[in-house]
Order: sequence, then C-alpha cells, then structure tokens
Amino acid sequence: MQFSFLSFITQIGILVVALGAVHRPLGAYLAKVADDGAHLRFERWIYKAAGVGPDSEQTWKGYARSMVAFSVAGVILLYAAERLQPLLSGGRMASVDPWVAMNTAISFITNTNWQAYVPESTLGFVVQMAFLAVQNFVSAAVGIAIAFALVRGFVRKGSDSLGNFWVDVTRITFRVLLPLAAVVAALLIVTGVVQDFSPSTVHNAITGVSQTIPGGPVASQEAIKELGTNGGGYFNANSSHPFENPNAFSNIFEVFLLLAIPFSLPYTFGQMVGSRKQGYTILTVMAALWLIAEGIMASTIAAWPNLGEGLEQRFGPAASGIFATATTLTSTGAVDSMHDSLPPLAGGMAMFDMMLGEIAPGGVGSGLYGMLVLAVLAVFLGGLMVGRTPEYLGKKIQARHMTLAALYLLVTPVLVLVLTGAAVLIPSVVADAPSQGPHQFSELLYAFTSGANNNGSAFAGISASDPLISSLMNVAMWLGRVLPMVLVLALAGSFAAQKPIPPSPGTLATYGPLFAGLLGTVTVLFTALNYFPALALGPIAEGTFR
Amino acid sequence: MTTSHDARPLATNPSPDVPSHAPAPRVTELSGHAYKRRKAFNRELVLAAIPQSFIKLDPRQMRHSPVMFTVLVGTVVSVVACAAQIIQASPDVVFSLVITLWLLLTVLFANFSEALAEGRGKAQADSLRAGRQGLLARRLKGAARGEGNAAEESVPAPELRKGDLVVCEAGDVVPSDGEIVEGLAMIDESAITGESAPVVRESGGDRSAVTGGTKVISDRVVVRITADPGQTFIDRMIALVEGAERQMTPNEAALHVLLVALTIVFLAVTVVLVPFANLAGAVPSPVVLVALLVCLIPTTIGALVPAIGIAGMDRLVQHNVLATSGRAVETAGDITTLLLDKTGTITFGNRRAVDFLPAPGVPEAEFIAAARLASLADETPEGRSIVDLAGERGATGPSLDELARSAGQQGAFAVVEFSAMTRMSGLDEGKRRYRKGAASAVARWVRELGGDIPPGVRDDVDSIASDGGTPLVVATDDGVDQPERHRPRVLGTVHLADVVKPGIADRFAALRRMGIRTVMITGDNRLTAAAIAKEAGVDDYLAEATPEDKLTRIRAEQKAGQLVAMTGDGTNDAPALAAADVGVAMNSGTQAAKEAANMVDLDSDPTKLIDVVAIGKQLLITRGSLTTFSVANDVAKYFAIIPALFVAVFPGLSLLNVMGLTSPKSAVLAAVIFNAIIIVLLVPLALRGVRYRPVTAQQALRRNLLVYGVGGIVAPFIGIKIIDLLLALVPGLH
Repeated sequence: MQFSFLSFITQIGILVVALGAVHRPLGAYLAKVADDGAHLRFERWIYKAAGVGPDSEQTWKGYARSMVAFSVAGVILLYAAERLQPLLSGGRMASVDPWVAMNTAISFITNTNWQAYVPESTLGFVVQMAFLAVQNFVSAAVGIAIAFALVRGFVRKGSDSLGNFWVDVTRITFRVLLPLAAVVAALLIVTGVVQDFSPSTVHNAITGVSQTIPGGPVASQEAIKELGTNGGGYFNANSSHPFENPNAFSNIFEVFLLLAIPFSLPYTFGQMVGSRKQGYTILTVMAALWLIAEGIMASTIAAWPNLGEGLEQRFGPAASGIFATATTLTSTGAVDSMHDSLPPLAGGMAMFDMMLGEIAPGGVGSGLYGMLVLAVLAVFLGGLMVGRTPEYLGKKIQARHMTLAALYLLVTPVLVLVLTGAAVLIPSVVADAPSQGPHQFSELLYAFTSGANNNGSAFAGISASDPLISSLMNVAMWLGRVLPMVLVLALAGSFAAQKPIPPSPGTLATYGPLFAGLLGTVTVLFTALNYFPALALGPIAEGTFR
Repeated sequence: MTTSHDARPLATNPSPDVPSHAPAPRVTELSGHAYKRRKAFNRELVLAAIPQSFIKLDPRQMRHSPVMFTVLVGTVVSVVACAAQIIQASPDVVFSLVITLWLLLTVLFANFSEALAEGRGKAQADSLRAGRQGLLARRLKGAARGEGNAAEESVPAPELRKGDLVVCEAGDVVPSDGEIVEGLAMIDESAITGESAPVVRESGGDRSAVTGGTKVISDRVVVRITADPGQTFIDRMIALVEGAERQMTPNEAALHVLLVALTIVFLAVTVVLVPFANLAGAVPSPVVLVALLVCLIPTTIGALVPAIGIAGMDRLVQHNVLATSGRAVETAGDITTLLLDKTGTITFGNRRAVDFLPAPGVPEAEFIAAARLASLADETPEGRSIVDLAGERGATGPSLDELARSAGQQGAFAVVEFSAMTRMSGLDEGKRRYRKGAASAVARWVRELGGDIPPGVRDDVDSIASDGGTPLVVATDDGVDQPERHRPRVLGTVHLADVVKPGIADRFAALRRMGIRTVMITGDNRLTAAAIAKEAGVDDYLAEATPEDKLTRIRAEQKAGQLVAMTGDGTNDAPALAAADVGVAMNSGTQAAKEAANMVDLDSDPTKLIDVVAIGKQLLITRGSLTTFSVANDVAKYFAIIPALFVAVFPGLSLLNVMGLTSPKSAVLAAVIFNAIIIVLLVPLALRGVRYRPVTAQQALRRNLLVYGVGGIVAPFIGIKIIDLLLALVPGLH
C-alpha cells in the first residue's frame, strides 16, 4: 500500500475548510445556550419532574456534587441494565459478565467508551439505544457543562456560583447534541451507514459467498459517537466496519464530526469572556498542535517500508493516519484502522496525542477546560517573567489556583504511569498483551494512556476482559475523568470569587502569537517530560530497532 | 488642613542645597551602576558560606525545600547503594561513588547559595552588632534636655529608651535610631547601606533621621531616640535576613506548589521506570535512577529560590528602604497605580522665581532692585530664589550684613519677618519700606496707606495664578517717619513657579509602558494642579487634596481592581498608608505614618517608590526566568540519560544520543555534573536579579522567553557535551 501525500493534503484541506466554516456559528450557538436566561417549556417540565430549581445557582461544590452523583447514578443504572439484559430484551440477549458490565458502565459514563466486549454480539438494541446511547449524549453534555462552569469562573466577579449543573446538562443535551445528532444521523444514512433493526445478508460478488451480518440502528449511534467524542462503536470493528463507515466520504465526514464541537468551543470561550481574540488564541494553539500531529503521523506512516494489514485498506494509509490522529487528539477513540498495526512511531504518536491530555482540540468540553488549565500554567510562568503576579483574564493566579492546576496536570500522567507500572508487574496482565518486546509494553502503555485520558481506543490484541486489567482500567477511567473535573470546578469556583484586575500594558497579553507559542510549547514540553522514558521503552525502542 | 508638602509653612521647607547622599537612580538603570554593586562572590562571604552549606544539611532545615530534600534523600539512597556495590565488589563502584559525590555537591551548592545570600545581609548586620558592642551613649540628663548646657551622662546604648536625648559628635557612633533635634552633621551610613559616601543629616526638614550604628564624621548633633531596644532598624533587618521573619510570599507559595508538583511527577516517572525497564530486562542501578530523578526535578530553581528572595530584600536595603515583609516587596511589583505627592517627587518642592513683571510705569530695574531688597532677609527657598533671579538680571547690591552695618549707623534698618497676621515680609531701610506677599495681603497694606493696586498688576496676578504659578506682589512706601506723606506704590509682580524636576516626564512615560498609572496629589488648586500635571506628564491628578481625599481615592482605585502604592509622612497620612497596597513612609515622618506603612524609606525620598516597584518586578522576573530555565534544561538531560540507560538492550536508542556522548556512564555523569554546576553558575544572577527594563509586558516576555526559555533548552546540550568531553580524558570511568 502506498502513502499518498496528495490524498493527505486534500483531506486535511477539506477538514480545515469545513471546520473553519462551522466553528463560528456552532461556537456562538453554544455560548448562547450557556448564557441563555430563558427556559424552554419542555425543559421546565424536566426540571419540575427532577425537582430542580432551574434558576438556582450552584457553588463549585454543589456543581461538583451534582456531577459526581449523576455519574455514579449513571454507572449503577448502566451496570444494572447490562446485567438485566435478558429481562430488557425479552430473553433474546444474555446477561453481560459482571466484570465486563462494570467496565463498560464506567467506560461509557466517563466518555471513554473503551469496549472490552464485542458489541454486536454482547449487547442488544435495547441496551445499546436506551442506555449506551443515552450515556453517549449525557457524558458529552457533562464535559461541555464543566467547560461552561470553568469559563463562567473566569467571567464572574466576586461570585460564589458557577451555574446549575442540571440546567447545563439538560440544555446541552436537548438544544445542542440531540438536534445535531438527528441531522448528522440523517446525513450518515445518506452516505450509506446502516439504520435498521434486522441483520443484513451480504453477497460477496467475488467469492460468491453470502454471509449474514448483524445490522442495527447504526447511523443514529454513529452520529453521537463522533459528535460527542465518545468513540464506542456499534460494531467491534468500529469505524472500519463498512456498516459504520461505508466510504471515503463517510470517513472524512466522521473525522469532521469528532472535531466539530471541540474546535467550536474556543469560540464559545471567546464569546463568553467577551474577547474573541482570547478564544482564537486557544483555537490557534489547538489547531496548530492538531496539524503538526497530523503531519508527524503522516510522515511516520509514509516513512515505514511495509504498511501492513489493519490499516484502512479502502481509503488508503493517509486516511488511517488522519483518523488516528483526530481520534486520539480528541477523547473519541473511534478507529477506522487498527492502531496496533500502525508503524511503531505512528503508534507512539497516537499515544503522544492522548498524553497531551487530549486538548488539541480534545474531547467535547474536556478539551477546552484541559487547554485552559494548561493556559493557567503558561500564564504563571510567563506572568512571573514579566514581573507581575500572574493573571489570566484578570484573575490572579495564586497558590490555591496553582495547587488545583498542578494537581489537574498531575493526575493523568501519574495514573497512566503508575497503573502501567502496576500492570507490567502482574504476570497475568502482561500475558494479556500478546506481543513481545517493546510492542508488548506499548500495548499496555497504550491501554492505560487511553483509559486515564478517557479516549477508549486500544492497541488491538490486548485482551481487556481479564478481571485484573479490567479493574485497573476502571480505576484509570474513573479517576481520570472525575478527579480532573472536580479540580477544574474548584479552580472555577476560586476564580469566580475573585474580582478581576483591569488589564494594562504591564499585563501579560494572553492572546496573540507570542502567548500561543508559549502555551503550545509548555503543553508539548510538559507532556514530553512526563512520558519520554515510557515512550523510549515502547514505540521509540520499537521504531528504532536494529 | 492638609499634610501635603505644599501647604506647609514656607519656613520649614528644607534647604535646597542639602546634598543628596546618592543620585536618585533612574528606573532604567536599576541594578546597574546607580547603586554600588557588590560582588556576588566576596572572598570572606564565600568562606563563611561554606561551613553553613554543611550545617544546612540538617534534614529539619532541608524540609522547607521539597526539591532539595528529595535530592538529599536520593543522595542517602545512593550512598546505601554504593555500600552494597562495595560489598558485592561491583565494577561500577567508582562510577557510583562519583555520582553520589556530585549528588551531595548538588545539595551543598543549593545550601551555599542560600548561605551566601544570607551572609551578605548578615555581614552588614554583624558589623553593626559589633559596632554596638559596649557602645556608650552620651545621654542628656533630666529636665534640661535640649538646652545646650545640659549635663551629659554615659549609659550603655541598649538602655536607651524612646524619647531620650543623646549627643553625638564627630567620631561617635549613633547609639540607636533617632531624629536630630539640633544641629547638622555628616554621617557615614556605610554600615547599613554599603554606600561609602557620607550624607548630611540635619534637624528639621526631611533629613533629620539617623540610624543606630551609623557614624557621625563631622560636627555635633543632639538626637532624640525614636526606638526602644530590639525595635531599631538594625534589629529588624537582622531578623529579616536571618530568616526569622522570612515567610513565603504569595508568589513564592504558588511557585512552591508548582515545584512540588513537578517533583511528584518526576518521582513517579523515575519509580515506574523500574517495572518498565524490568519488562525490557534492563533495570538501571539505583544510583543511576537517583541521578535521573535529581536531573529531572527542578533543582536549579529549587536551590536558588531562597537566595532570590533574600537578595530581593537585600536590594531593597541597598536602596535604603526597609520593608516589613517580603510580601510587600512582591506586591510592589504588581502595583498599577502610583499616588505621588507633587512636592518633592514631581517638583523640587519649593517655588522658584522665574520672572519679574513690573507694574505699568515702573522701571524694570527699580522693581527688581526693590524685589531683591524685600527678599534679602527671607531665608526661605522662595526668598532666596528671588534674590538669585535678581542677581541674574543684573540687580546686585549690598548684602544684608552690609546693609545692616551701614544702616545701623543711621539707626534706621529693620527686617520684617513673615507673620501669619500680615502674610508679608520685607525690609525697612531708612525712610523706605519694602514689602512682598500674596496679592491680597499687599493690596490690604497698600489700601490702608491710601494707595491701590493698579489694574495692570491685577491682570498679571490673575494670569500667573491661572498658569499654575504663584504671584508675589512687591510694594514700597516712602513715608515711614512722616505718616501724612505716605506714598504707597505697587512696583510689580514676581512670578514664582513650581519647577518640575528634569527627566520626570520620561520616568512617568517609562512607568506607563510598564502599565503603571501615576496620579499626582497636591494641595494646589485645580488650575495650578492641571498645569503641573500636564508638564510632568502624569496620568491624573488630585487637586486641593486632603488626607481624606487620598484615602477616598485609594479606595476608589482599589475598587476598580487597581493596586495602589503611595508615600506619606504625616500622621494624617497614616490611614491612607495603611489602606494602600504598598505604603512607603518617609523615615523623617511621624511614628504613626511609619507604623501604618509597610515600608520605610530611610532617605525620605518620595521618588524611591518608583525604584521599589522595579525591585518588586525584578524579584518576580528572576524567579520566573530561572524556573523556566530549570524546566527547559530537562530536555537535554533526557537526551543524555535515557539512551544511556537503555542502549544496551535497545541499541537503536543510540539515535537519541544526539550529543554523541562518549559512553553511557559519562553521559549520566555529565548530566549530573551539569545539573550541580549550573546552580553555582547562576548564583550571581540570583543575587543580582535578572536585568529589568521598563518595557511592556509583551517585550519583557519575548526577551526572557528567548534568553531563559530557548536558552534553557540549548545551554545544557552544550554544557553536557563539554563536560562529557572533559570526562573522556578521565581514565577509569568508562
């Protein structure tokens, strides 16, 4: 298979144009949703039914409690649904293994969508549609809600509240994700994605063999899988399955979908803080990191002499690289090729993309708040260097903020490293990774990087259903999701309580190329310093093997 | 009622020709040559710091710096590992011992930098302490205090209490902090400030304060003691530099958090390397792992943070400013609004004659001569400036003494002092009387004698006032002995103007670039204030200001999110000084002002505020720059150590050895040595501070990112390579 640079450039060009067109209206609409004072009638019914006062505001602690309670309730509900599947499916589907059920529940609530099971044969329509799909919507909504809360923290002056979690999640779900997903699902059906409730019989014209492939409501699931940067496929093969991703157009469309909301949120941020250039600076850093990562991914693939099976055969290796980069830079984890089959350095690049903390552009909401926390770190260093107590958007960065930001930045790397370290010490877990040498290590490192960053993609081959590795993954996914969110909310609460300092020529400008360069460099450097030894023993050792 | 300098009675204004002890440094020259720069590595201080470096190894002291504490623990682990290697007769013993030695040196270098910084402050404190040992004060006894003939008694200096009066003559050491109540003397303040040029201190005015431990080198003064034992400047300074009062400032605390977080992450990185490497079948020795950890954690900034903070305090002391806490110094760097008193800061503090405007029909020469005579006995700066200007315009005549001598023979000569009743001063000579004063006062005098102010003069008076100047009207009267022959005549108007200090507009422009607004405070009326504000280039002004107005203004600025600094000296200023984020009291000021402020300027120079801001900024910049440098260094260290650790199992990793280091061992060692040596190399920078220029934040960031960010990435590649080349010459290491 040949790597085509022309194809690469064309596809990137299409994505840039499409995202450029969509980020502004979508971003502005999201800002409107965040700041709208009015409630829709059906929203009032929901609030009434749930016993939520839609106009009551929450402190950061209240917001965080609601978020944790909502997530825990989601895990319990999903676990119960999987275990009670025989009941729900009228006996057609079996009860899911408890380990797998718990792993799946946590995986979907945390927006990871790590799939330790073969979906089409393990889960029926009911669980997929009524439970997993619902989580696909609300876990994405929770991510965006937390981002809203952080931005409000910057905007509010001497306030102790950050908004209302229930209102935010309801609005994002019903005003943004549902309508968007409906339109997208329709478009996906047009491109040829399956949407039915019966298995299809496919005749292979060459071999003359007919086979029956399970069908299902794929397009509707696919829409939110990409839009909400979830990544949990209807099929085990995910977006390399022709029913999920039938052609080159649907392929690039899906890449566009998973980048659309994350790349729109910086505009929302700029709109909400009343300074578009602040938003565009964040967007620039995200876009630059994405394009650089795409470029490196493409070069590592192009430079590899024998591109093997597992890469997307239908659309060529360029499309595989583009999809792999976009899915790991967002917290999606959908795949249109098997990352295990990527050349070693390309696989390492996919890991590095996740290790960045999924901020370029990142998961829905999580990308923005992750980048803003990194901005706090960059502002701290830059601010000291201009001789002022560092301030971001008029809010001083003091010991408390630094503590929260540093803890946020510390959580994921420590989870990844310590859990991978624990995993390689357990022989049975090591045995789950079937390869040998550095690639075996890469498989484990990839798994925990994916889990703690709530990505969900995997180096195929690793058997994730083993109870031990499953439990370690549960820890990675749960703590990797909830801890950073709580820390972000605490940070937001602390910022909201502050009165802003008006900007002056002595203030570090947090916009423009200089700051964007600082932020991008801090991001890459911080990630590289955390993971360099691990990457050296995995993909780099494998890629430089002589 | 106001404490603004402008509203003071003219007679108490300080004499303008008191030499300033040091030229006020320009903001642009800070840390440059304006103040005597002390060498970072003074031989004696270095020698004193070396034993301190070992004493500070005490874990109870090390605990305060988590980064260096980690290095210390790592060194201990390394020692144990070495012992194990010796028992096993491992071939790597020499290498491990050398690494361990350098790890220990890393800790010692860090302690050394702190000890050196403390030593610089302590050296001053100790010499003062020594100077006071057995020092006797000549206290004036009893009720006769202040009278020239009071009896003296000799008491030990530590027994002096507030309010005691002591006599100091040439050669005496001032026994405690105080204020000169009588006399003038040259004082050598080098013991505190390190500045060897003597300064003039005199009673009255703004330069009456003396500090305990300084030396009188000429004349005789009577000093009223203003501090009880233990509360003197030197006592407080000792406490500050000895760390007793060294608390973490807010930015230091935030940086501390970042350093701890980085240490934790790198600890995790290093520890998990054991299982990772185990899977690959190549576990590095504990010594090498500790070496990696020490290289990764931010030792450079961790080692230098205390020295940077102490040196910042020290710089302030060199500027003759005493801060009550490090926090105040740091806040100074954040200041966004400066409230500056007009007098003494923006203008010279006294009005000077700039023009003579004769009344219609009066010859200019006659008017100037009369103005000169009327001012001859006036010792205020205003009076002297009139005499000077008259001299420049060719009006020279007999001096006061000559006049008195010649007139004395005729018995018709008298000096008329300024009085609050008449609000005029002047001279009676023979039959003629000369008077000068405010227009209204002179008008009253002239009218009483049957004359009037001509309209031309009234116009001049109005136009001078509207330009922000002060008009003084000069009149004369011929009929002293024959009242019926009074011929009062208004001769003209002297234009007195507040002279704005040269270069002050540039300094304000520099401040504006730094993002600092200046607000001028004055007791003048709006017109005068506006004219001066325009000339000086301040951003805003507050006219006819009372202390209450100052306080209101500070509150308003703070409400708008500004951080405000101000200077003050009067008791009335105390509330405003306390409310300001940075309040600098003049040492010459009242005790109430000093207690309310968070800094005291020993020179009582209101312009000092601008330098204090620069010192605060420099402190933060130094910290930020060295942090960036420290973290950026890690890139090169990874490229040195990681291939060295694993090249044996994965030969392909030699691609990462971009520096082409000789051998794995010399690579690790070179990184460790670089990591240690860089601390010592940066000590002078930490003590002196990163050079600060008044430029916009954007320019400062670009420059410092280039120097300390990009430089921080590049420098260790070069440094490690050089050390490796040198190590290649050492036999037995590879």
